[in-house]
Amino acid sequence: MKHDPTLPILIAGSIILLAVGPFLPRWAMFLINVSLCYGIVVLGMMLLMRTGVVSFGHGLYYCLGAYAAGTLDQVFKISDMAVMLVAAVMVTALASAALGLLLRKYRDIFFAMLSLAFSMILYGLLVKTSSLGSSDGFNIAASRIAGITVAGTSVDRYVRYALTVVFAFIAGVFMHRYLNSHMGRLAGAIRDNELRVEYMGASVGNVIHVNYVISAVLAGGGGALAAIAVGHIDPEMAYWTTSGEFVFVGILAGTGSVLAPFLGAFIFETIRSFAYEYSPNTWQMALGITMLVVIMFLPGGLWSLFTRKRKAA
Amino acid sequence: MAQLLAVLIDGLIYSSWLFIIAVGLTLIYGVMKILNIAHGSLYALGAYSAASLAGYWINHGYPPMGSYAVMLVAAILVGLIAGPVIERGLLRFMYGKDEIVLVLVTYAVFLILEDFVKLAWGVDPYFIAQPYGLLGSFDVGDLTYPNYNLVLFGAAVLIGAVLAWVLTKTRQGKMLLAVIHDREMSGAMGINVGRVYFITFTVGAMLGALGGTLTAPMISVQPGIGAETIVLAFAVVVIGGLGSLPGAALAAILVGIVRSAAVHYRPELDLFSIYLVMAVVLIMRPKGLFSAQEARKI
Repeated sequence: MKHDPTLPILIAGSIILLAVGPFLPRWAMFLINVSLCYGIVVLGMMLLMRTGVVSFGHGLYYCLGAYAAGTLDQVFKISDMAVMLVAAVMVTALASAALGLLLRKYRDIFFAMLSLAFSMILYGLLVKTSSLGSSDGFNIAASRIAGITVAGTSVDRYVRYALTVVFAFIAGVFMHRYLNSHMGRLAGAIRDNELRVEYMGASVGNVIHVNYVISAVLAGGGGALAAIAVGHIDPEMAYWTTSGEFVFVGILAGTGSVLAPFLGAFIFETIRSFAYEYSPNTWQMALGITMLVVIMFLPGGLWSLFTRKRKAA
Repeated sequence: MAQLLAVLIDGLIYSSWLFIIAVGLTLIYGVMKILNIAHGSLYALGAYSAASLAGYWINHGYPPMGSYAVMLVAAILVGLIAGPVIERGLLRFMYGKDEIVLVLVTYAVFLILEDFVKLAWGVDPYFIAQPYGLLGSFDVGDLTYPNYNLVLFGAAVLIGAVLAWVLTKTRQGKMLLAVIHDREMSGAMGINVGRVYFITFTVGAMLGALGGTLTAPMISVQPGIGAETIVLAFAVVVIGGLGSLPGAALAAILVGIVRSAAVHYRPELDLFSIYLVMAVVLIMRPKGLFSAQEARKI
């Protein structure tokens, strides 16, 4: 069997990111931080896509994770990043386990639409909740980690960055192992032919449910980390266009490897930050055209460029 | 009692609007099985062209009553240009792909058109309020409603009636139903499926643009209106059962009344109420209120 380089790349990548972090200029550190958060969310989307269902409402968990972190600070005056992250993971796990009971029976466009409805419900609620800042959202201050105050110190930004790198690393390793496990391999089988999977004695509903919860937890973790990094959250995180972007980056990156979402997210965030700077009114157009090109010529996403080359060699 | 009446009237007005923005979407889905996110952009294009053309018309001192005709022309123009460009230029290469992939294709078109709108019209809001107030108003109790709302209601009924008539009574409509039922078989029987798709998409685009032109006098036309509207249209179409005309009408009424009740009694539940209805209906009837039975395929 050929050697799979994914794990060494994940380890080496994380170590390099942690090591060069302190020497990066602030904007580069922020860019990497935000794209890692995004990559974590897209990692979850990738799992769902592999299972053959597409959620047009994952902004729900992205937003829920961020608001779980934010309310801890706003309402309970707990501003410990580690606690925030744990809270986000728990809240999204509970919420997705409950909603998954319904969603596991849906497929295709109905799965997409029902998840969209749920995320828009959260959006509608948050926009009208004045104690959480309505449509403006609010600033959150994550000033401590594991009891140590970092706000105002020189390592403040690096700590947020390192926390994200570590979480992304854990998520990547977990997903890599999961995809190669029995459950993980069922995902592709379900996408190809659901009925046969049932005939062979596996529960399609269970697999979809479990994968849905995993992807939701990743979205929640990514949302909380993004909230910690940016320092501001608003209901826009649950709006359907946010969810659409996740699907977009998932398609752009491809589902070939757990590295693909991170690469896709990094490219996406880099283009976005430069486009905002230089041509704010044409960047969506560029995205749309890229998406069409990818759908037409690279159905496996950007990642298929790598695998194609490897097969040829 | 007066408030109940207000809820009903507001609800019906909102239902008419919902039906107008959703009907093109459900038509396109019914025939082509494409859940067209770009419908939101066509709506925005319609609203912007109406704002520009009607604004030009009124500012140049032409009779203001003519602005309604100008708005109608704007919708037809947008449909006739954008519809064929999108269908012939892009979608026809995508037929036969997965429904979800088609959603993403139209999402890409949506993104492109969003920026096209910004490039063509800039990011500042447009206002053409004149046609809204021009027709006077009517009173119900101590509430005053502009007569423009009757235009909206009339347009919704007219569009629904004409579509229902075309679908069930005309030769063209029967051919369309045949294509909906079985695309390949109707092709084998000599129906030009490509042409049916082309015409359906253009008509659907026109209806989307018409939704925009009719709404333009009531709102400030600005970037983002397409994204706002398309999710509402989704909600209506999904509640009614994708592709069902009576379903869309019933769903529009249901959502319209619920939302207007929410606005009157519990304003904080405004948007929430719409998507709650959508979630509840999907949970009770996974394929919407009016959905055709489908044979299970292995």
